[in-house]
Amino acid sequence: MSDYKAGSNLEKVLKAGHFAFTGECGPPQGANIEKLKEKASHLKGCVDAVNITDNQTAVVRMSSWAASLTVQQEGLEPNFQMVCRDRNRLAIQSDVLGVYSHGIRNMLCLSGDHQRFGNHPEAKNVFDIDSIQLIKTVKVMRDEGKFMNGQDIDVPPRLFIGAASNPFAEPYDFRAYRLAKKVAAGADFIQTQCIYNMERFREFMKRVVDMGLHEKCFILAGVTPMKSVGMAQYMAKQVPGMDVPESLIKRLRGAPKGKVADEGIKFAVEQIQEFKEMKGIAGVHLMAIEWEHKVREIAELAGMLPRPTV
Amino acid sequence: MIVAEAKPVSEILAMVKDVKKVLVLGCKGCVTVCNVGGAKEAGILASALRIASRKQGTSIEVAEHTLERQCDPEYIEEVKNIVPDYGAVVSIACGVGPQFLSERYPNVRIFPGVNTKFMGGAVAHGIWSERCAGCGTCVIHYFGGLCPIARCSKSLMNGPCGGSSHGKCEISKDVDCIWDMIVRKAMEQGRLEELLEFRPPKSWATARDGGPRQMIREELVK
Ligand code: SF4
Ligand code: SF4
Repeated sequence: MSDYKAGSNLEKVLKAGHFAFTGECGPPQGANIEKLKEKASHLKGCVDAVNITDNQTAVVRMSSWAASLTVQQEGLEPNFQMVCRDRNRLAIQSDVLGVYSHGIRNMLCLSGDHQRFGNHPEAKNVFDIDSIQLIKTVKVMRDEGKFMNGQDIDVPPRLFIGAASNPFAEPYDFRAYRLAKKVAAGADFIQTQCIYNMERFREFMKRVVDMGLHEKCFILAGVTPMKSVGMAQYMAKQVPGMDVPESLIKRLRGAPKGKVADEGIKFAVEQIQEFKEMKGIAGVHLMAIEWEHKVREIAELAGMLPRPTV
Repeated sequence: MIVAEAKPVSEILAMVKDVKKVLVLGCKGCVTVCNVGGAKEAGILASALRIASRKQGTSIEVAEHTLERQCDPEYIEEVKNIVPDYGAVVSIACGVGPQFLSERYPNVRIFPGVNTKFMGGAVAHGIWSERCAGCGTCVIHYFGGLCPIARCSKSLMNGPCGGSSHGKCEISKDVDCIWDMIVRKAMEQGRLEELLEFRPPKSWATARDGGPRQMIREELVK
C-alpha cells in the first residue's frame, strides 16, 4: 500500500498493470448540479476516473473542484483539472490542499487555453506559473511536504499527478522532449490530446519509447469520437494543434446517411484496439464531449468492460 | 521604445468639451519615432480639434507645442509660462508625459491624447511589435535571447503549449508563437539541451506585481 503515491483508483489500476480507461465531464454553465449528476451517471462503472475540466476553453463553468466533489459523491473517482490561467500560486496551492482534504486523489496540471476565445475575452489572465512548474509544485507539496516558498506543510496533500501532451502541436520535434520535461518535473501519468492521425502518433510513441519515458510514467492515449463531418472539419481547421487527416473526413463522409456518428464510434473503437497493443500506452482517455451517454457503448465495443477493481 | 497609438479625435473632443483653450503637447521621444506624438502629429491633432470644434459650433482655441521629452522634469519645466494660459493640455506623449504634467501643473486639466501600448519596435514600415514586458529581471539568455514573458501569450517558461501551430500562437494567426522561434533556434544551433532544463517559477516581485516601482541609484542622487 505504501508504494502508492496517492492511492487513487486510477493509480492502483495502472500499477496493477491493467489497461486504464478514463473519461471526461465538463461542469455545467450554471449551478445545475442535477445535469452534472446525470452526465456523471453515464460514466459510472465505465471508467477508472473521470476528468473534471476547469473552465475549459476559457468559458466560465462551475468550478472544477466543486464539480469534482459532486462527481465523487456520485461514486466516481474524479481527476481534478487545474489550469494556470485563472489562479496565482497562492490560489493554486490552497486549492490543492482543499481538494485533497476532501478526498480527491488525482489532479491534471494544465496551462489552460488563452481567454481570447473564451466567453470573457476581457479578463486579466494570471499565468503566474506554467503547467510544468505546476507539476513540480504539486510534487514538492506531496513528496517533500513543502510549499513553493520552502515552508513546511503540516499535512501534505498526496495527489496522483497528471499532465497533458499534444503530440500534434508544433514544433513536432520538441514534443517528446516537452513530455520528458513533464515527466522529470513529476508527472505520474499523461493524457494526450485527441488523436486522429494514427501514423503520426505511432512515430511520436516510438520516440517516447526510445527515450524510455513510458517506463517513467503512464501514458493514456486521447480519443474523441467524431459525431459528424462538420465536427471533423471544425476540428481540422479551427482548433489549433489538432491534426485531423483528410482520410478520416473522407471516411466519415462515405458513411451512409444517419450513420456518420456510428462510423465515428467505429473509428474510435479501432483506435482503442490499436492502443491496447501499442508499446508504451497504458490506457485510453476518452473525451466524449457532450456525448457522455455514448461512453458505455464505446467502452463495451472496445472491450473495456467491466472495469477492474483493485 | 514605447509604442503608442492615437486616440480618436472624437474621444479627445469629448474630453475637452468644456474647455476654452487647449494646448496639444507633443514629445520628441519614442512617440515621435512611432509617428504618433511628435511635432508633426501635434500639429495635425491641433487642426483636427479646431475643425471639429468649429463644426460642433463651439470654438475652442487650440495651440500646439512639442517638448524634447515629457518624461523629464527639466523639459516639463520649460512650458511653465505657457501651460497656465490654457484650461487643458492634451499630451500626446506616452502615459508618462501626462502624469509628469499633472504633477507639475496641478491646476490645469491634463488629458491623454494617445493609448500607450507596449515596449517594442517597428518590425516593418507601419508595423510595431512588442518585445519586453518590463518584468524587472531579464531572463532572455535562457531562451536564445527571445522573451517568452512578453511574447508568449501565456508567459510559459518551459516550452510551447499544445496550441502552437505553423509558427503561430493559438490566440491568432497574426501572432507569432515565440516558443516556436525559441525551439527552432535552439535546435539549429545545437543548444536544445538548454531548453530541456527545468526553468523554475519566476519571481514577479520585480515586476508590476510587486507594486509600483522605483529605482534609486545612490551615486546619482544629489
Ligand atoms: S525577460 Fe523581462 S525584462 Fe527581459 S525582455 Fe522579457 S519582460 Fe523584458
Ligand atoms: S502558442 Fe506559443 S506563444 Fe502562444 S501561448 Fe502557446 S507557446 Fe505561447
